[in-house]
Amino acid sequence: MKKLSKIYTALIIFFMYMPIVVLILFSFNDGKTMVWKGFTLNWYTDLFKDSQIINSLWNTLMIAFLASLFATALGTMAAIGINNFKGKKRIFLQNASNIEILSPDIVTGVSLMLMFTLAGVAFNFKMGFLTVLLAHITFCTPYVVLNVLPRIRHMDYSVYEAALDLGCNQWQAFRKVVIHELMPGMFSGFLMSFTFSMDDFVITYFTRGASFQTLSIQIYTMTHQRISPKINALSALMFVVVLVLMVIINIKDRKLEKQNVQKAL
Amino acid sequence: MKKTKNDIIVSLKDIFVEFDGEVILNHINLDIKDKEFLTILGPSGCGKTTTLRIIGGFLQPKQGDIMFDGENINGLPPHKRNVNTVFQKYSLFPHLNVFDNIAFGMRIKKVPKDEIKKRVKEMLSIVDLKGYEKRSVAKLSGGQQQRVAIARALVCDPKVLLLDEPLGALDLKLRKNMQWELKQIQQKTNTTFVYVTHDQEEALTMSDTIVVMNNGVIEQIGTPTDVYNEPVNAFVADFIGDANILNGIMIDDCRVKVLGEELECVDKGFGQNTPVDIVIRPEDIEIVKPEQAKLVGEVTEVVFKGVHYEMTVMCKGCEWIIHSTECAPVGSKVGMKIIPFNIQIMNKMFLAEKNTFYAEVISSSKEENRITVSVEDCEFDIENQYFEQGTKIAVTLPPNALSIAGDGVGHINDVYIESVIFKGEHNEIILESDKQKWLMESDVDEQVATYVPLKFDFTKAEFKVVEGEYET
Repeated sequence: MKKLSKIYTALIIFFMYMPIVVLILFSFNDGKTMVWKGFTLNWYTDLFKDSQIINSLWNTLMIAFLASLFATALGTMAAIGINNFKGKKRIFLQNASNIEILSPDIVTGVSLMLMFTLAGVAFNFKMGFLTVLLAHITFCTPYVVLNVLPRIRHMDYSVYEAALDLGCNQWQAFRKVVIHELMPGMFSGFLMSFTFSMDDFVITYFTRGASFQTLSIQIYTMTHQRISPKINALSALMFVVVLVLMVIINIKDRKLEKQNVQKAL
Repeated sequence: MKKTKNDIIVSLKDIFVEFDGEVILNHINLDIKDKEFLTILGPSGCGKTTTLRIIGGFLQPKQGDIMFDGENINGLPPHKRNVNTVFQKYSLFPHLNVFDNIAFGMRIKKVPKDEIKKRVKEMLSIVDLKGYEKRSVAKLSGGQQQRVAIARALVCDPKVLLLDEPLGALDLKLRKNMQWELKQIQQKTNTTFVYVTHDQEEALTMSDTIVVMNNGVIEQIGTPTDVYNEPVNAFVADFIGDANILNGIMIDDCRVKVLGEELECVDKGFGQNTPVDIVIRPEDIEIVKPEQAKLVGEVTEVVFKGVHYEMTVMCKGCEWIIHSTECAPVGSKVGMKIIPFNIQIMNKMFLAEKNTFYAEVISSSKEENRITVSVEDCEFDIENQYFEQGTKIAVTLPPNALSIAGDGVGHINDVYIESVIFKGEHNEIILESDKQKWLMESDVDEQVATYVPLKFDFTKAEFKVVEGEYET
């Protein structure tokens, strides 16, 4: 029985990760077809010589970084606000935030596109970097709320009062004490936002306008033209970055859990 | 020291606080003298922490004035008040080490670095934590964290230090140590301490002045000796120390009747034939031969407590507790001699001996011999009584006709238990509903400051028709 369950788990992992492993493997293949012809790093060097791809990479990182930053600030403020409500109002606001996470990307993407088009007509602007950034901030903020809210709830309120008592005004107390208590939640929220922003295709597709390119869009357009192993190299890199971020989040969470266990003891 | 006006550092005037219609502080007045160790003592829910939070500025009273050093500080935020607080859960900043925790307040006030260093060092030696600067606060023991919290507050040089049950989380031995240390620190730093606790022993040990609170009001303010020896009422006598509390009748000045016996006392001015409460401390009763005392009883239990024996004596249906270094064996008849000075007479907390409530008959049935009445927004039936619909009636119930509904369904719900005092035979419980107070006798120990459903036994009730308007 135990053996069977092990085999079962192995199979699941195999089918989940096999395609990615193949992709990474063939990003080192010295040939353009799916036949192994020897090891090479050419696709990676080509990748970094391609100014279009570098431009997309830069856009992606820029959007991910800025969106996470704004989302962290907005999400933290929202979480504090939600926490100050009581009863039904709090539950309503919390759900309003969570629904954004649960709703399909395509719905978010299309609705944002409609809004930006309407706003674009009214205020005379075109979709591009700014609209993609706004869209990403919109879908990242709920993740920050999700991460920060439990920290606030578990925070000892009297620590904030102690800061006031020792001479802080409300802003100082927040900056010098409360923010340190919320930091782990904010950090997880930031990393999660960063990952999801980098990962996003659908919402970006609908809000990018005519010319703005991110990596996922780039890959998509490349598959239209001619399948190049550069795509494999690019996808492999993206996968590795996301993987690293996920590992960091997990380690961070593990540490927090340990801390909490110690506190409880 | 002469009590001049300048000696008063904090003064609370007519403070009134309520949350969601529930009164927390009911017009309290309190003067705190400069450099004294004042303890606010009371059961949980009595409003003591609220009082502290008002002085600290974390809570604004609905009515009343807070004076600090002669100036009105209503509405002044906590960071602008010259007081500091030691919180119940210490509330140290977990991301800072011991040094940074203590330096926190001074850094906010932009004190020069050298001076911060010097003062933190001084403070650490006062709280006996020399060399702990670099330690993480999370790794300190409860007692050490407590001392860091005290140092962090005291280093700001407040005129008044507020302490909210700071020793509550410590074990007994550490608590005793810390009591002594706190008193030392208070004397060394020459600061006014306002200390909140529910532990009467702690209050007696450390304080210059004790403020006894119950149900949002101050019952008594006095030195530890005063509140112990001269409690103003049965609640204070019961809350502080062990006590025999009994019902009595003040026949005249210096003459009181207890359990049918007339005893001599020293209190005057209660009038003639006035019902009073009497408190006699267990150590003030001398055991003598039966023929030498008016009160004679039988020893039912003896417990050796180290310093003394604790004996329970049944005398005329009442339980008495006696502390004595001499032991009388169980079953023996003893006389209880009390010198007049040790009999403390107190006004009754609740004067009426019976409960009367007024009700309107909202419907009635002659065939079933039953009426439905409405009292304080509650409606209920009374069997075996008939009055016409619309009649106003007064119902009088003796204390033993009241009980707390075990099944949770009472005639009047959400009645607040204000005090529970053992009076030798049974508990005397004072309850408060929306419109009136109630006196109840019970053999069950009820929890003070809780809400319970109250039930009446109408077979013991007297009914009277009230003409015209009635007062409630």
